[in-house]
Amino acid sequence: MISRAEYFSKRDPFAFPLWQKATVGIAGAGGLGSNSAISLARAGIGTLIIADYDLVTLENLNRQQYTLAQIGKLKVEALAENIRSFNPFINLVLHPVKITPANLNAIFKEADLLIEALDEADQKEMLISCWLSNYPKKHIIAASGIAGFGKNENIYGERYGFLHIVGDMKSELKPEISPIATRVAVVANMQANLALELIAKAKGI
Amino acid sequence: MAEESVFLVNGNKLSWKEGLVVADALKMMNYTFKMLVIKMNGELVKRENWQTTPIPENADIKVIHLISGG
Repeated sequence: MISRAEYFSKRDPFAFPLWQKATVGIAGAGGLGSNSAISLARAGIGTLIIADYDLVTLENLNRQQYTLAQIGKLKVEALAENIRSFNPFINLVLHPVKITPANLNAIFKEADLLIEALDEADQKEMLISCWLSNYPKKHIIAASGIAGFGKNENIYGERYGFLHIVGDMKSELKPEISPIATRVAVVANMQANLALELIAKAKGI
Repeated sequence: MAEESVFLVNGNKLSWKEGLVVADALKMMNYTFKMLVIKMNGELVKRENWQTTPIPENADIKVIHLISGG
């Protein structure tokens, strides 16, 4: 049995304790959410609140962090299983529900900040709009423009007060073509990376 | 000579006049995005208020385009 101290070795002495105390909400467990959750769990965020009503399908495997054996499982359960396979010390709060304006608070009220990892633009708008109205002083990190491959130089982050957007701000999905693993993972990890930075910065680090 | 009254949309200077509402800013910019978030002077303007929220002189409006994919 690995001890907590052994597991969390070689960590940043200033930022890591803050990450351990932090709770990050992740709205959606698809390409963006599964990738950002895994990185945040590896980095040492103490608690993740993950919400997604969907089940793992074969076509998700082109970019989402699931396995063939997990097809048909709830994404939140499959993601929790995968995270616990490398980090037994994380607290995971799972909500297998569709996020709506009515349940947003109940799901994410304990979150220090929220990562928007939804698929459809109208859902992204709903989530951002509700979050900023309900929590004007809590950060939300959204993604916009992840379709295609390559073009690393076009991916960037914008900040509008407590709203942050990562992506290329222009790539639209083509019909019947999924986002591609590499670009989704880049954007998801930029979201996660920014979350770590915001948590550390809140304490002046 | 009086300076022209203006407001900003995503950094573009537009001519301001009394009576403009947030929805007018989208038309003036010819924006056709379906899903977006609008912040004016740092505050969120909810979709249901776009037609009724006046644009103050020198307002700084940010229109953020949301694209599907996740």
